[in-house]
Amino acid sequence: MVDVALGVLAAVVVLLQATLLARIVARSFGGASLEDVSIDLVLLVLAFAARGLLAWGFESAGRRASATTLSQLRLSLVERRLRDEPSALDGAESAELATIAVQGVDGLDAYFGRYLPQVVLACVVPVAVLVWVGTIDRVSALVMLLTLPLVPVFMWLIGRYTEEQTRRRWESLRLLSTHFLDVVRGLPTLRAFNRGTAQADAIADVSDRYRRCTMGTLRVAFLSGAVLELAATLGVALVAVTVGVRLVDGGLGLQAGLTVLVLAPELYLPLRRLGEQFHASANGLAVADRLVTLLDAPPAVRTRNAATPPSPAATVVRLENVTFSYPARPGVVLDGVTLELRPGETVALVGPSGAGKSTVAKLLVRLAEPTTGIVSVDNTDLASCDTEAWRRLVAWVPQRPTIFRGTVMDNILLGDPSADHEAVRVAAQLAGADSFVQALPQGYATTVGDGGRALSAGERQRLALARAFLRDAPLVVLDEPTANLDPASAELVTYAIEHLREGRTLLVIAHRPEPAQRADRVITLQAGRVVAEREAAAA
Amino acid sequence: MTKTLRRVLRLAGVPRRSAALSVVLGALAVGFGIALMTTAGYLISRAAERPPILSLTVAIVAVRFFGLARPVTRYLDRLVSHDLALRALGRLRVRVYERLEPLAPADLGGYRHGELLARTVGDVDALQGLYVRGFGPPLVALLVGSACVGVMAYALPLAAVVLAAGLLVGGLVVPAVTLVVNQRTGRRQAPARAELTAELVELLRGAPELAAFGHQGEALARVTAADRELVRLGRRDALAAGVGDGLMVLVAGATTAGVLAVAVAAHDAGNLDRVPVATLALLALSSIDAVAPLPAAARELWENVTSGRRILELIDREPSVNDPRDPIAPPPGRPAVALEGVTARYSGDDEPALRGVDFVLPPGRHVALVGASGAGKTTVTGLLLRFLDPEEGRVTIDGHDARDYRQEDLRETFALAGQDAHVFDATIRANLLVARPDASDADLRHALARVRLDAWVDSLPDGLETLVGEDGCRLSGGQRQRLTVARALLTDAPVLLLDEPTAHLDTATAEAFVHDVLAASEERSVLLVTHRPEGLDVVDEVVRLEEGRVVERTLRRELPGVDESVTLPPARPRPPARTTVTGREMRHAVAVPPWIAVRVFNDVTADDLGVALVPSPVELGDEIAVEAHPWPLEIVDVISARPARREGSNGHPDEEWSR
Repeated sequence: MVDVALGVLAAVVVLLQATLLARIVARSFGGASLEDVSIDLVLLVLAFAARGLLAWGFESAGRRASATTLSQLRLSLVERRLRDEPSALDGAESAELATIAVQGVDGLDAYFGRYLPQVVLACVVPVAVLVWVGTIDRVSALVMLLTLPLVPVFMWLIGRYTEEQTRRRWESLRLLSTHFLDVVRGLPTLRAFNRGTAQADAIADVSDRYRRCTMGTLRVAFLSGAVLELAATLGVALVAVTVGVRLVDGGLGLQAGLTVLVLAPELYLPLRRLGEQFHASANGLAVADRLVTLLDAPPAVRTRNAATPPSPAATVVRLENVTFSYPARPGVVLDGVTLELRPGETVALVGPSGAGKSTVAKLLVRLAEPTTGIVSVDNTDLASCDTEAWRRLVAWVPQRPTIFRGTVMDNILLGDPSADHEAVRVAAQLAGADSFVQALPQGYATTVGDGGRALSAGERQRLALARAFLRDAPLVVLDEPTANLDPASAELVTYAIEHLREGRTLLVIAHRPEPAQRADRVITLQAGRVVAEREAAAA
Repeated sequence: MTKTLRRVLRLAGVPRRSAALSVVLGALAVGFGIALMTTAGYLISRAAERPPILSLTVAIVAVRFFGLARPVTRYLDRLVSHDLALRALGRLRVRVYERLEPLAPADLGGYRHGELLARTVGDVDALQGLYVRGFGPPLVALLVGSACVGVMAYALPLAAVVLAAGLLVGGLVVPAVTLVVNQRTGRRQAPARAELTAELVELLRGAPELAAFGHQGEALARVTAADRELVRLGRRDALAAGVGDGLMVLVAGATTAGVLAVAVAAHDAGNLDRVPVATLALLALSSIDAVAPLPAAARELWENVTSGRRILELIDREPSVNDPRDPIAPPPGRPAVALEGVTARYSGDDEPALRGVDFVLPPGRHVALVGASGAGKTTVTGLLLRFLDPEEGRVTIDGHDARDYRQEDLRETFALAGQDAHVFDATIRANLLVARPDASDADLRHALARVRLDAWVDSLPDGLETLVGEDGCRLSGGQRQRLTVARALLTDAPVLLLDEPTAHLDTATAEAFVHDVLAASEERSVLLVTHRPEGLDVVDEVVRLEEGRVVERTLRRELPGVDESVTLPPARPRPPARTTVTGREMRHAVAVPPWIAVRVFNDVTADDLGVALVPSPVELGDEIAVEAHPWPLEIVDVISARPARREGSNGHPDEEWSR
């Protein structure tokens, strides 16, 4: 609405500016002195100032809108990730998404700050100019009316043709344009094969092919701009000549003629700018599109109602004929899995990577929901329980635990924010983390995570275990607790797990046999199916 | 700043004539536009005097000509300038590549800093705007602006002064203001953006754990706070954003009004005819078009300086690895390869990647180098390929320091495959030909057959011409790795470096693959670098690295009593082990930690251990010292091997290592 008001104002200023300019010239033509036209001159400067102010206002308002819009998109995205589908992204995607969610504002600035205002101007200004010229001189208005439609028609025609051309050349253009990056990235390999120096010729050759290919497309693409411009300049020339001839005939006054002339370029300018701004804002639209698509995806976890879940401390947790597949990916991750965890027992879930072991963990923590089948506790479907309440009963240590930016203390407190420092110490001791934490320069107050002190894989794992100890939940799910550890750290972690299993139901996921050795039961998963289940040999 | 631009220009080396043509066309395009409005103003103004219509013919023709010529010259200008930009880009790419080539990868931050290279490529690509959007517009503005001022001076000198002042303000002050405002907002927003990005990455990555531990609220609050700060800055800086555009319109208005005022006064005073008043007013109004692109050009130039600086910084680096002045003859067919007490560090790193590593790869032996990521495994392959040189100790090929060979000769000894071997975004054939450009189709098929890819390639509709995608993304993980090995097998290199060949493969695939490769390289030495267990059962020896040190070696050969691992105690500096040579002319001494001697020495030959070599020929009575080894050493044997190589003999060192 503000934009439309600004657009109307801009149209008025354009008309005013042309009229004032023509009036001053016409009055001087009639013999007026500088004093006679001084007020008009001041008004002219003010009209320009107003136009400048509007340009500034459009851009500023647009940028403010883009900052706010992107922030809204960002926060909805984050909220949604946390609430509905926490585990849908992998690490690389997260980083990329975070970057576009922040840097994307540059693209959106072009859209909100330039393209949208231009849409308003393209709608309002040509109409205003046509109407105004129509009241001054019908013939000129007619000339304009006839040339104006050429602009959008050519824009559309040539745009279609260019798109077709670009699409056809896309693959070869893509290869040619990324060739340099590819070669530079492959430099170590090229040098290893002694082909480093030979590639300079290839780069020259490919750059030349890229140039010729690109120029082929540009010749057509620029044609659209040229035809648009031709329509505009010929329009101006036609108007000028008709007006001139009719001035000689005495059918038109100088002021009217000059007004029409000054207004003629203003008629075509907004439409031509619109085309330019559209291309400039394509990036911004892509960003918004990506974020909106993510927001539109159906949630991965739905809570139907909020019954209080029974505690796994006393009851059996069961996966019943569970099938799982990711919405966007082909293939089934879990294919009719049935398994149960009895209170107080330690179960090992083993199998090759890709068998679906981690998915079982996610289902148990309700970070994902089975595609078919149910996860139940004491025969109650988890989907009908309060998700937050259920998660309070579970401690989960993922394969690669995240260490958040903050102190060691903060990171362990994640398991139970209400715990006191002594409890944290005890949890860390049980997890075998206390000794290395004490050895850190600031002990538990040491900053870790991105930008803080780097931790080894074993240290991260033990901090995550400390979280699980602190949480003191009846069900504990450990995903590959020793997979990335050296033998010494693995031993420490295995020792810690021995402590953890006391009085709790424990699910240990592993692709190596060692962590499974002391389990009460071992379940083998392969390609999404349970292929073997055995009680531990004499315990 | 100008120095950077000058060097970048020289690097791009664009012919002056095409640059001049581009500027002339650009000036004509802008000039014709201004001329169109000016002559139209003249036409209308003169017509108002109602002269005979024939006297207007010239003006009418001129208006029509300018109306046609403007789009035509503009079209030509855009074609010429873009062609120029793309040519410059091509030259720049070649020049930058030629300078980067001897630096990769160690002087470019090692393998790990792929983003540095990506940024450099981005910088090079950004410089293509240097002509079209950076240098062109100011030159065009200068030409056209002077012409406009000149024309006006002919009609009315005082008006020309006003116009010149307006153009200078529009062409210099407005761009400067825009630039300063832009930089200020950029500087202010950068930390807030970085902070928010970091919070977002952490939150999105840690979302599963935050949800599992019920910490969503707190995390959301942190992101919201960072977001609010950025939005606050963004909204405040938005006010500064449109200043350039606004100012330019104001300058146009003031200039036009100023010229008009001078013209009206001159006409009133009888110094100017009445027709030129309109002409001069329209000339003033439209001549601002000449300087209008300058704020954008200033920004472009500034960005180009930044990109240019980064590129120059990179290509000005001196390669740390160089050919010797008097290179020795290329290594023999099947050389022994060894690291002797090597400490190595990537430029710019505080911590060395390897510390005092001793390691031997005898001819035909298959050795696995294992350890966590960051343990220094890849540094070993880098040292062998001479992508970096040791800080202490030395790398030897056939007993000679690797630094004594020509780099090209040295690299002929090795073939690289696996995760760090790059797969080019091209066809299967092109990827294979990297190893041997003259290979025939039969050679390629043979190599593919050895890694069991032949049936698959035959099944593809495009066969060898199939495109593999960026870093092989259209291949499965296993196919990608197999392709790199097929490429390595195409060479005659006696030593195969397999760098993480099983990364991203599942256990079964990984196992089958490693077994295939090792079987296909029976006659070559293989260094298998891996952090996974697959294949360790079929190599001859496993060496474990931890934090840049060798901590464990396991001999897998079927030798009685040695098929078990020996874990070394913590490293401590030890005095060198010494012995005096008492035998006949000899070449190597073998030193081992005493517990190895105690445990297994009775069952293995010295070359199976190969812990530390004293390479230079030694003579009777020489004292041998094995220095700077982190573990206690005892020289247990001095091998009397082959006689020192004589000139012209093709003495093969094989017998020394033969089993």
